[in-house]
Amino acid sequence: MQLFSTTNNYQNPTEEGYYGEFGGAYIPEMLYGNVETLKNQYLKIVQDPTFQAEFQQLLTDYVGRPTPLFLAERLSKEIGATIYLKREDLCHTGAHKINNTIGQILLAQRLGKKKIIAETGAGQHGVATATVCALKGMECVVYMGEKDIERQAPNVARMKMLGATVIPAVSGSKTLKDATNEAIRAWINEPNETHYIIGSVVGPHPYPDMVARFQSVISEEIRKQLKEKTGTELPTHVVACVGGGSNAAGAFYHFLNEPSVELVAVEAAGHGVNSGLSAATTQLGTHGILHGSKSIVMQTQDGQVVEPHSISAGLDYPGIGPLHAFLYESKRGTFLSATDEEALASAFHLSKIEGIIPALETAHAFSVLPKLNLKPTDVVVVCLSGRGDKDLATYMQYL
Amino acid sequence: MSRLESLFKEKKDRVLNVYFTAGYPTLDSTVKVMSSLQAGGANIIEIGMPYSDPLADGEVIQASSIKALANGMTLTVLFDQLASMRKSIHIPVILMGYMNPILQYGFEAFCKKAKEVGVDGLILPDLPLFEFEQFYGKIINDNGLDFIFLVTPETPAERIKKLDSLSAGFLYAVSSSATTGKDKDFLKVATYLKGLQAMQLKNPILVGFGIKDKNTFDAATAYTHGAIIGSAYIQVLSKGGDIDQSTRLFLNGVLGA
Repeated sequence: MQLFSTTNNYQNPTEEGYYGEFGGAYIPEMLYGNVETLKNQYLKIVQDPTFQAEFQQLLTDYVGRPTPLFLAERLSKEIGATIYLKREDLCHTGAHKINNTIGQILLAQRLGKKKIIAETGAGQHGVATATVCALKGMECVVYMGEKDIERQAPNVARMKMLGATVIPAVSGSKTLKDATNEAIRAWINEPNETHYIIGSVVGPHPYPDMVARFQSVISEEIRKQLKEKTGTELPTHVVACVGGGSNAAGAFYHFLNEPSVELVAVEAAGHGVNSGLSAATTQLGTHGILHGSKSIVMQTQDGQVVEPHSISAGLDYPGIGPLHAFLYESKRGTFLSATDEEALASAFHLSKIEGIIPALETAHAFSVLPKLNLKPTDVVVVCLSGRGDKDLATYMQYL
Repeated sequence: MSRLESLFKEKKDRVLNVYFTAGYPTLDSTVKVMSSLQAGGANIIEIGMPYSDPLADGEVIQASSIKALANGMTLTVLFDQLASMRKSIHIPVILMGYMNPILQYGFEAFCKKAKEVGVDGLILPDLPLFEFEQFYGKIINDNGLDFIFLVTPETPAERIKKLDSLSAGFLYAVSSSATTGKDKDFLKVATYLKGLQAMQLKNPILVGFGIKDKNTFDAATAYTHGAIIGSAYIQVLSKGGDIDQSTRLFLNGVLGA
């Protein structure tokens, strides 16, 4: 379908939110008003100097940015290339998710909203949303799959302690996909007072672009820090895990139009890409519409969305953001995957050789390093998107 | 003249459109339910095409969709079931559903097949105006199907006019911005419906969401041409028993017959 967009500007979707043929806003009329207001306002609000001043100050004083770019010496030696870790795990609340929720809560305030809803998979986005709601004194309701509530108990407790209401999503696979459905339905039922903080680069336009912009601080810092450390702004590779793809979008953003930088996205293969228990969307999916945008979706040939599997709740999603679908189709991005077992092994290995316990999601990104055929001259940045505290219950089973 | 056009020419008020999910309660009950609705006094039949992730639907219709999918319902099965429906069903039939399964079937193939089996119109809540105008609208119109847009109390007047101008058959007025099956305050709804009536739109208006019995049907149709019932009828079907009998009983109640 040619008509939508032939742009190859990865940083700017068309006015209707298309990256190539992916994106758009496939939403019922009940959401039109909210999404249209957001579409018309977000760039204006975000580019306003008073917004930027407050956003930057909170990123510095509250989130703890810039996060370090750490030269992982032992890992570098083992892999045979220079490996830097972008330490998003050191952000307040333990992952990159808060970059986006800070931006969106400031946006919600300026739109006059009183209540925030959010979906969450691993609970990191839920915690980051509950945190900014506490900070700004807004009511917070988080939808979370019943299955994820069980496997991410510490994050559920944190959200409750932060004053949020956690509502279990009991439909479908009872994971992130269904939590997102429930959050969208809740938004349909009370659109006027409520802002929906989507946690990833998914959903109807303008969410994918808006979330990518808020997360782009990651690659903005990488460029500066790399310049200071190596004299050049550009690495040879940037590696990040992808569920919906928010940390990858942030880590790739300022390198999207730098063709010399190889962008490596790592999906969750679960028990193996072809095992029937996987979440490797680009490998298993076909073009489709999920959660309001056209993208690549894991589905049956009848167009029913299938239930994915990953050991990491944050990657357990049958879709992928439209920007990533476009990176995949246009071959700008390299899409690889790691199994549950490989991710677990990487989590233990990174802990032992660098003293950093990563989140299970993040661990997937490390699993592909040996497969990249890296040269000694290569400079690789891995986005260490989150810390592993929330996954201790899983890790303890393998100690 | 399309079947919907003829219907509204003959019947100016209290038009009753009843929704049910294809393949619910059992895979093979689709045509049986349609016959019961026609016999019971429904004027339009709206068949829901079940989808795994129906964003605009409340719990009752979601549950019926999950059951229908588990029963084995697909678009291919549905079209097989509808292939000979026009031997017995004479009232307008419309299909309601979400874009994703249709894209997998092939949008054009879907429209052709729908027309071939005798479907009159489509309601696709997640097909946006922009994409309709850019691409899909032409395919729908070329295949002689009516496309029915939704409007809500939040839809600005200019946009209502635009959606009305692109709709055919009727315009679907959602009683409030909410998913299906929620209770509505029909006093507030009345103001909104009076406003729509005053706009003198091209299409007849049918009101949907929250209509479940005689009171809500009367309130919804006071200023419009008719109303749509979905969740309340699915609940009737979910109780089991003889479909003819329970449908007749339910529709008699709604219509006050």
